[in-house]
Amino acid sequence: MTEANHAERTRPQRAEDQRDILDIVGLTVALPGRTGTGTTVLHGVDLRLKPGGIHGLAGESGSGKTMTGLAVMGLLPPGARARGRVLLDGEDLLSLSAHELGAVRGRVVSMVFQDPSTCLHPMLTIGHQLTDHLRHHLKIGRKEARGRAADLLGRVRIPSPAEALSRYPHEFSGGMRQRVAIAAALACEPKVVIADEPTTGLDVTIQAGVLRLLRGLCDELGLAILLVTHDLGVMSAIADEVSVLKHGRVVESGPRARVLTAPRHGYTRSLLEALPGRTAT
Amino acid sequence: MMARQNRLLSVSDLVVQHRRAGRRPVRAVAGVSLDLGAGEVLGLVGESGCGKSSLARAVCGLTAPTGGEILFDGRPMRPLGVRRRAPALTGVQMVFQDPYGSLNPRRRVSAQIADGIRAGAERGERGATKLTPGALLVRVGLPEDLADRYPQELSGGQRQRVAIARAVAARPRLLVGDEPISALDASAQAQVARMMRALAVESGAGLLFISHDLSVVRLIADRIAVMYLGRIVETGPTAEVWENPRHPYTRALLAAIPHPDGAGRLPVELPGDASDAAAPPSGCRFHPRCPLAFEGCDREEPQLAADGVACRLYSS
Repeated sequence: MTEANHAERTRPQRAEDQRDILDIVGLTVALPGRTGTGTTVLHGVDLRLKPGGIHGLAGESGSGKTMTGLAVMGLLPPGARARGRVLLDGEDLLSLSAHELGAVRGRVVSMVFQDPSTCLHPMLTIGHQLTDHLRHHLKIGRKEARGRAADLLGRVRIPSPAEALSRYPHEFSGGMRQRVAIAAALACEPKVVIADEPTTGLDVTIQAGVLRLLRGLCDELGLAILLVTHDLGVMSAIADEVSVLKHGRVVESGPRARVLTAPRHGYTRSLLEALPGRTAT
Repeated sequence: MMARQNRLLSVSDLVVQHRRAGRRPVRAVAGVSLDLGAGEVLGLVGESGCGKSSLARAVCGLTAPTGGEILFDGRPMRPLGVRRRAPALTGVQMVFQDPYGSLNPRRRVSAQIADGIRAGAERGERGATKLTPGALLVRVGLPEDLADRYPQELSGGQRQRVAIARAVAARPRLLVGDEPISALDASAQAQVARMMRALAVESGAGLLFISHDLSVVRLIADRIAVMYLGRIVETGPTAEVWENPRHPYTRALLAAIPHPDGAGRLPVELPGDASDAAAPPSGCRFHPRCPLAFEGCDREEPQLAADGVACRLYSS
């Protein structure tokens, strides 16, 4: 990756001309409560994502960030009722059956979770997990799948990918495991990746590498990322657009630089002021 | 390093080694010296696996050191054994990273804080008996009525505050926080860190604050020590280290911090992983990842000089 500041690079064809790959309109989600009345956790969330773009979703725990991501994955908890539209590449996910969703999940949209050790099977080799995934979705042979898996590991910059395939998750460091998880998410060339706190818990030096990787994937492959994080520093580093959620409502949304330097909503300001890394300028 | 006997905590040439069945032992702490005065806050930073926690556990007597010396109040810190620890040593209290593991799930919050109060009273601390769990909860920013709850009824942030209240209840003279804020929301981290500083400094205790997050540490520490693979590579007053980092590793750590300035600047990556502490590189431990390594860095191990940097770039 080049050392150039990505903000200085021009990406007009992505920023303006292309239609949204993900368009969430008025998404309202209610979870069944113990009392039977239910709790509304998302109130009319609107959000758009262009190919090659990163849309950051900020907010404190419990604000509905993760729930929004799960809605796009079609992974809302059982009994949840959703209204509105989640248009993924023109198709409304909320109108699909469970079976139809299965074909979308992993192929058109996939997910990277916070803790890579929980999404990788500890007793299967990396190669086993990646090839299973590829063979299931793409219906290809073992040998071909292995070749593609090695390519994927190379793409996320894992050293000596062919050997890495026969190793187990515990043999990798935290940062490398997260790269493997990203490789798994990219396996079927999805158009959208939901990254839920992808670098939380990693050391800053390792985090920097993962952030550069994610930004590079968007710039090079035209991948779109919905970045869920409470870390506004991470947001500032790689997101193009930022939306701030509070109690299930988008309180502020706009281009990264505008939201982070001239926030209009008091809640965004208070989030920024609470940060230690806030520079005095 | 003046008048060492006057220091609250004095660690010299500490070595902590972990034995592993059938494999080479890991030297997690490989010769660390540091001092901490009363009312002072020392921030210890470094990547995961650099030996920060091993150092903290040795300082609190939870792990027996393999070599070197730890003096608390001029007396050696005795490792915790089967027997009850000497009351004098309850003057060292620790806040752990994970409040889900450090609080007893089957006892009420009030009972656990009362343990701390009792420990302080047994040591003969003046005023310790006047403390109540409710008052301590208020001190850490929680409502008093949380005292009757069980840990599982609290959020992660609330639990960590309870763990801090319990440690402070014992009126420690030295408070050790091992990544006490890393399990909290970003917006709560700075707040809890500032609170720990205030609680320690108010009571004249020393605080050893361990974190991988330099941006939080710089808010509360008087001095910073940067650790890499079992050794301290740079130490100095917080503002100096933050504004003018000298060791290439400290520089890399600072350059990797993303700033919420909206500029879209990609943080700088430090390539490679920290080497295995069981087989550290020859010479300077950082040289395989160091962008400024030069002839001889792979042979000569730099020592922490009087100016606070262990790097051959600065040795004449």
